[in-house]
Amino acid sequence: MKNTSLQFKKQVTVKLADVKLQGALSRLQSRFVEGRAAVIGEIDDLPATRTAAAAIRDRVLNDLEHWLLHFEQQATARGAIVHWAETGEDVNRIVAEIAAQHGVKTAAKSKSMVSEECGLNDALELAGVKVMETDLGEYILQLAHEAPSHIVAPVVHKNKEEISDLFAEKHQLPRKTGIAELCREAREVLRPAFLNADMGISGGNFLVAETGSVLIVTNEGNGRLVTTLPRVHVAITGIEKVVPTLEDVTTLVRLLPRSATGQSITNYVSVLTGNKNAEDHDGPEHFHIILLDNGRSSVVGSEMQEMLRCIRCGACMNHCPVYQNIGGHAYGWVYPGPMGSILTPLLGGLEKSPDLPNASTLCGACAVVCPVKIPLPDLLRKLREKQMERGMKSRQETFMLKAWAWLALHPAIYALTTRIGVRFMSVLGGKDKLLHSLPGASGWTDGRDFPAPAGRTFRELYRQGKRK
Amino acid sequence: MNARDRILGRIRTAQARQTTGAHVETIGSHLAQHPRGPLPPPPDDLVACFRERALTLSSDVIESNDRMKVPALLARYLDERKLPMRGVCWPSVAQLPWQAAGLEMQSHPATNHDLVGVTGAFCAIAETGTLMMLSGAETPATTSLLPETHVAVLDPRRIVATMEDAWDLLRKERKQPPRAVNFISGPSRTADIEQTVTLGAHGPYRVLLILAPH
Repeated sequence: MKNTSLQFKKQVTVKLADVKLQGALSRLQSRFVEGRAAVIGEIDDLPATRTAAAAIRDRVLNDLEHWLLHFEQQATARGAIVHWAETGEDVNRIVAEIAAQHGVKTAAKSKSMVSEECGLNDALELAGVKVMETDLGEYILQLAHEAPSHIVAPVVHKNKEEISDLFAEKHQLPRKTGIAELCREAREVLRPAFLNADMGISGGNFLVAETGSVLIVTNEGNGRLVTTLPRVHVAITGIEKVVPTLEDVTTLVRLLPRSATGQSITNYVSVLTGNKNAEDHDGPEHFHIILLDNGRSSVVGSEMQEMLRCIRCGACMNHCPVYQNIGGHAYGWVYPGPMGSILTPLLGGLEKSPDLPNASTLCGACAVVCPVKIPLPDLLRKLREKQMERGMKSRQETFMLKAWAWLALHPAIYALTTRIGVRFMSVLGGKDKLLHSLPGASGWTDGRDFPAPAGRTFRELYRQGKRK
Repeated sequence: MNARDRILGRIRTAQARQTTGAHVETIGSHLAQHPRGPLPPPPDDLVACFRERALTLSSDVIESNDRMKVPALLARYLDERKLPMRGVCWPSVAQLPWQAAGLEMQSHPATNHDLVGVTGAFCAIAETGTLMMLSGAETPATTSLLPETHVAVLDPRRIVATMEDAWDLLRKERKQPPRAVNFISGPSRTADIEQTVTLGAHGPYRVLLILAPH
């Protein structure tokens, strides 16, 4: 997927003015935030479970090479074929080669954010393979030629009426208005796609090193269908998704759906190991697993490594006041919200997404809800420090920060400057005590007024109080 | 150098580590011990807990003390909902007296045309009201997936407390996991349109769990 995060500020302006989007985002907030709150307490000892989950992820990340090798060995022993891809283009090439090798004409795909990184669908269409997205949300996006705006609820930005119109136009059927009817229509349109597909494509929520298995969590059943019916199954996931044992993955599964959608467990948890054997009625004859790097190895061993713990639950974006107001598309790539504001610069280059590490109030809600205890605000701050070190900040911002630092080191001048400043601003504020514009701070005053100071500095008031 | 060597090489360099005996040993002992994480407190009554959790996740539950009565109970369930009185089943339940209950049950893997699929289950998990299904020659995965109604006949003695217990049972009874282990917790669903939960997405619209001792 093309990275447009350089246009972040422009995209934000558009999204803030989008009335339909704002309505959709308020729904997300009530359903997902309240949903998580309702079930996360089911976990008996949440702090201990989060600590254990973080430790499971760290165990793997601190020894990633060995765990990957163990996974590869176990998966291969069970008949899966493991491929390694350095970039998204490599993934596309490998899938196209597998398709050619097995004479694949059509593919049915369940949701995979890693495949969105690669832009897999377009590449396969070019290679002559017809791809059907089968997750309801992703299917709607494929019909509308749009990108996902959330990693769990990809079509959160669209309302029911838009989907009714889209289905009526694309399916050439009478327009349905009820959500259940729309779901039924999608089921009936997509069922033949599952039955006729030569290839099933899925992501992988986790890779279990102990057994060489790919684990996927799904609700709709499409994940099970695409990994059961077609004769070829290709699972695509990132190299960081390895987990040591079945017990370890169970601890993570206890947290993932509760954090993501407020479910105690997803409808289906599928643990897929190897290809179909001689006695089996169903299952793919050929099982390929593609492990994608795409910049992840550059994060291993760095001060940002904690980001690779991420299990893609989306809780950080659901709880983020910035995401809640601008939605996912404004971020410009596959991963939005706090995790995306870190991951996009890490995988795609900080210079290509300079605004993302700053698209946060550092309120800390994301860190509080993260099931694997990623210190997201700290990582955002580290990226901001990097921008400063590399001279990526604007001249104006650098000057302001330097001036502030100098003032802070000279208390007498600081006191004098602030005394003059607050008096001046107090007069400017006038009767309603509000400043409608401030030189150099139009980013604030364009959207709202700046409250004028009272006319005295804190230090003056403090001294006065002391004398009394 | 191929992509694999380059990726692994970058990781090795970044972590400045060599393959040492100690590392291999640490990995080996973690795999051998496969320690459990924090667990929920064990329920007082596994069956009651399973029933409650399964109902919460929109499964239907019927209990019987006689496995031979399962066909009659299913016939009533289907009749009440005006569902077809025929379906396909796993070989393990093919010998139940279906015909006597007025049901036409065929023992073969489900196809797209079958509307009712009857299965057993490897075991079930009380913590989340979940079925654990193993793929295999006698346990086709399509039977719990393609039909609009999935019925699982379950021995209540096969209900364990947690998924960790289920893995232990698998390790004890099978050498390794089969091609597919599917944990099923209620009918398929989607909330992609306006975050409104709708039952029956690409899998079954309803899941009926019949608890009857074998």
